[in-house]
Order: sequence, then C-alpha cells, then structure tokens
Amino acid sequence: MFTRGLKRKCVGHEEDMEGALAGLKTVSSYSLQRQSLLDMSLVKLQLCHMLVEPNLCRSVLIANTVRQIQEEMTQDGTWRSVTPQEAGRAPLDRLVSTEILCRSAWEQEGARPAPGLGDGHVQGPVSDLCPVTSAQAPRHPQSGIWELDSPREDRGGFHKSLDQIFETLETKNPGCMEELFSDVDSPYYDLDTVLTGMVGGARPGPCEGLEGLAPATPGPSSSCKSDLGELDHVVEILVET
Amino acid sequence: EHGGRGGGGEAGSDSHPFPSCCPLPADIISTVEFNHTGELLATGDKGGRVVIFQREPESKNAPHSQGEYDVYSTFQSHEPEFDYLKSLEIEEKINKIKWLPQQNAAHSLLSTNDKTIKLWKITERDKRPEGYNLKDEEGKLKDLSTVTSLQVPVLKPMDLMVEVSPRRIFANGHTYHINSISVNSDCETYMSADDLRINLWHLAITDRSFNIVDIKPANMEDLTEVITASEFHPHHCNLFVYSSSKGSLRLCDMRAAALCDKHSKLFEEPEDPSNRSFFSEIISSVSDVKFSHSGRYMLTRDYLTVKVWDLNMEARPIETYQVHDYLRSKLCSLYENDCIFDKFECAWNGSDSVIMTGAYNNFFRMFDRNTKRDVTLEASRESSKPRAVLKPRRVCVGGKRRRDDISVDSLDFTKKILHTAWHPAENIIAIAATNNLYIFQDKVNSEMH
Repeated sequence: MFTRGLKRKCVGHEEDMEGALAGLKTVSSYSLQRQSLLDMSLVKLQLCHMLVEPNLCRSVLIANTVRQIQEEMTQDGTWRSVTPQEAGRAPLDRLVSTEILCRSAWEQEGARPAPGLGDGHVQGPVSDLCPVTSAQAPRHPQSGIWELDSPREDRGGFHKSLDQIFETLETKNPGCMEELFSDVDSPYYDLDTVLTGMVGGARPGPCEGLEGLAPATPGPSSSCKSDLGELDHVVEILVET
Repeated sequence: EHGGRGGGGEAGSDSHPFPSCCPLPADIISTVEFNHTGELLATGDKGGRVVIFQREPESKNAPHSQGEYDVYSTFQSHEPEFDYLKSLEIEEKINKIKWLPQQNAAHSLLSTNDKTIKLWKITERDKRPEGYNLKDEEGKLKDLSTVTSLQVPVLKPMDLMVEVSPRRIFANGHTYHINSISVNSDCETYMSADDLRINLWHLAITDRSFNIVDIKPANMEDLTEVITASEFHPHHCNLFVYSSSKGSLRLCDMRAAALCDKHSKLFEEPEDPSNRSFFSEIISSVSDVKFSHSGRYMLTRDYLTVKVWDLNMEARPIETYQVHDYLRSKLCSLYENDCIFDKFECAWNGSDSVIMTGAYNNFFRMFDRNTKRDVTLEASRESSKPRAVLKPRRVCVGGKRRRDDISVDSLDFTKKILHTAWHPAENIIAIAATNNLYIFQDKVNSEMH
C-alpha cells in the first residue's frame, strides 16, 4: 500500500546491521510496489484502446502516472533496458507492454493505421526503449501515445496483440463480426473488474485493503446497440480495406 | 418504465422489475438540473432519455402534497450513433442538461451527449379548437353540401399535453467528448467544452461555432492536461472558467482575444509536499466547477475535497472541505478499481452559504460555510421513508465507534452519488443514486453536526 509521501528510507541512516537490512527491505518493497503500480498502469492503458473510445482524461492521468514512475526510476538508475535472456518476471513482456504505451492506437483523430503495419518484431520495442537511459538524445518514453496518424519510421515494432486485433478484423468472416462487436459493447467495467479480481474474488492484487468492495455491477449490457444493418455496413468497409 | 424514478419525497419506484443491486445500465441517471425557478427538474440518463419533473403547486386541498415533484414529460433526447470512420460507437448517454432562462410560455433546455448538443422546446397544450367549418371532429373534410352556416371555432379545454420538440441540433463541433455546456447570461450564446477545446455557439445558429479555447498540443505526444469542466460567469457575459486535470482553474475574458488560450487569471493551489504521492495529480484533477450565485466565488470538486475560491485570489482557495479524507490511505486500491477517476459534481445552495457534493455508499455531504459544520446523509430506500427526517451518518476511521457508524472497509464503492442539484431558491435537493432519483425537502432548518 502506498503511504503518504512515498519517501524511501535512506539506508545510510540505519545504524546497526539489522537496521540496515530493514532499510534495504523497505527500499526493495517500495521498488516492488512502484513496479506493480507501473505494471497496473500499463495494463490499464493497454485495455483502454481495445474497447470503445477511451476516456481521454483517464488515459492522460494514467499516462502521467506512468511518466512519473519512469522518471523516478530513471533517476534511481533502476530503469534500464532488459535483454531478452533475463529470466524472472518476463521483463520483455513488460517492455513490450510499454511499447503499447508508445505505439498504441489511441484513435483520437484520423483513421486507423493500415493493418499489417507492424512486423511484430520483438527487437523493435526493446531497442526503442534503450535510448531512455542512454546519454544521447533522450527520447520521451511516451512517444506516439496519443495518435497514430503521424507516421514514424521506427514504428516497425507494433505490438503483436495489436496486430492480432487488426488481423482478426480482416480475416474473420462477417458471421463473427457480431461477437467482436459484442465484446466491444460490453461495459468497460467487466474487463477491469476481472483484472482487479473484484468479480469472483480471490485474485490478490498488488494493493491490499478495501475488503468491503462490493463487486461492480456489470448487469446485462444494454444490448448490442448497433443494429444488424450497421454491422453489415461496417463489414463492407473493413472488407474493402 | 424508468426503473426507480419517483416523484415527491419518495425514493424510487417499486415497479422496477430488477433487484436494486443490478440496475439496467440505460436507467443510470447521468445528470440532474433544476431550471431557473426550480419549478422544473430535468434528469438525463445513460439511455439517452430526459425525464422532466414539475413541482406541484402547494394546495390547501391536499396539504400533504406540499410542492412535490411529479413526472411532467419524458422524451428520447439522443440515440446511439456509430462513427464509421473510427469504427466506434457514440454513446447516447446524456452528459449534461442546461435550462435556458424562460422567455415565453415555453421552456427550453440544452441536452448533450459526447458529440451532439440539442435544443429542446417544451410546450403545454391545454386547449384545443373545436367547431371547424370545413373539418369534422376527427379532422376529415366535411361534405361541403352539408355546411349551411358559418361558425367560429372555439377553444375548449383539454387534458394537459406536454409537447417536446427538437428545435436545434448542434452537431460536428467536437472531436473529443463533450463534458460541459453552459448558457451565457446574454441568453443568446452558450459554450460547449470537450477534453481539449471549448466552442462558443449562438443558440439560433447550428452550422457554425467559434473555437474559444484550444489546448490541443501541436504534437499529441505532448498531451499531459485536459479540460474537465467549464462554466460561464452568471452575470458577466464575457467571463468563463474552465478546470483542468492538473487541478488548475483558468478564468478567461472573451473581450481580450478571439482565442482565449491565455487566461486572465490562473487559480492553482501549490502542492503540499508532505502529501505527495504518485496519485497526487490524479486526486487534484478537478471534476466540477460552479460559480456561486453571487458570481464572487467558485466551487471546485476534486477527488477528496471541495474548495471555495475567491475570484480575487488566485494563489489558493479560501476554503477547503474534506469530503472523505479516510480514502487517502486507500488511493492505490481506488486506482486499481478505477474509482479514483470518478467525477463527482458539486452544488451551491441558493444563498451560497451551504455547499453539497456526493460520495460513496450513497452518501452525500453538505458543508455550511458560516458555521463550519458539516453533515453526511444517505440516499437509500432503506434509510428514508417519505417525510421522514434523514439521519446523519458517520464513517468511522478507527478509534471510538458509535453504534450506527459504518467502517471505511464496509463502504460500497459501486454506490456513488456523482450528480446532485440544489433548488435555486429553496432548500430542496435532488440526488441521483445510480438509477434512482431522490428529492429531499427541508421544512425546518436541519441541524448540522
């Protein structure tokens, strides 16, 4: 649980060995909490753009939070690029998640990118993140976050799940379109509550507390609003693309 | 069926077939607004409907129906639309309703969803002409040979009919989602604000609007702040305020420039370094801003507090009230379940002496600016019978716990009171609790703790 101030204990102030160890523990638990907050934020941003048009205010606030964490981690020196060989918590996935942050299809303006833009290369995202800690041209970690219509040469690293979405839309036959749209129509809460383990309990989140949280009320979705005629029309557009 | 909209002091309606824990999404009330006299109360819901309540005049014949609100009119304001270019749905949810000052027998209001604003005219018909020469009672043309004399049609009373018609549709003005609309005191113009831009419209012109604020950065990668709410000054037709997700307020003067990107005044409270956390910015985001009736003050709501600002002092608010400070230690969990992004509204009473805002667990809070007393009340069927006095509630945060206290961990975060409204003159308040509308009237000055 994040407490006020989020100040780290300075290890140097502890006098005895036990104290020093305790200090170290505090530091690492803070780092863990901070990391899990970062992960949580990235997932939130990732989920955003898969559904209906994202709430821009919420997205901006989450992105700013991510930026703050990244800045602090950069100052700590704990923000570094990770080689694919590193084991543990699949850090590459996390970096790839960050790539979504950088490349996500916000769709605030302009059309979607042509499907198949990304090659899905894994090297792309990793190499793009290196400059964050390098001495040269410090690139903003949030580049390209808000819109996709400014083409950039280094966009080869399109996240694979984003690619999958576009592939799906292209290759699925019209019969499956309703399923896709019914997903889109479900209230956002469903995914988020699943994520935070509120529905069906039991998944331990990174934060404790608030035991009394009642499950969100996903209720029956107020019906797939697009009627069949509109769906047919959309299918036509996508197929032509 | 509107699943739970009731009139008068009674809460909700028992005819809703669904249990109250699972309201139909379309019935969720998304905005509440009294008109300028308080005679009418409009609500908008997630399904795009508007329901207008009218206050019954107090009559000696029925002393118990002391000015209670009954349904006056219901209409479908917005329908869901589909944006083919982006392959995204445009929700029909009514984000805001604002009444126009009444200028003739008809009432007019503006209602908006994320993209389109509509001007609705509400008229009453309680008379009907009868005795036409050429038409019979069903409206069919008479056989002319049967018409032997001339008569003057007479207006005869009929059952009251309330007719609603869309007079203007202000479309295609916004790329981003509209969060506010505000009618100017000149009664000719109004503004609409989305996340990044504010437009000025003339009420009679739908094919054109003027952009008066634009905070969209040249490079969208640089976007770090959005507009969260905006309002015209109640008396000065050239002044308006808008709030941001970073907790700042900007007062703008339309006389200064066509594009009001430069504020006349910037109201911002310096951050408290001892309270700093990764959530500081999020909880400082202003979810609502309201000018006082006097026009001298502004009221803002952020996640944990309501603040009163004096227009003459930009450095800090003159008053800060804690709405639910016990949530400060729970911010991480509230971030996880997205509650930290809930946008609560706030309201002034008619004399600007009391301010009100909603909270969780169907609680709402009132703060008396003069006595500095505050009270927590609950809007729920269980705790309020018609004409019963609301019992103050208390959230206990450890320490001595009284019998009816509720602990922080037992709060129901799905029951949030985001939308509240106060009658412009009297102590009557409208509280929207998910899909139920509660109207509370104060007959005697209630005590505040």
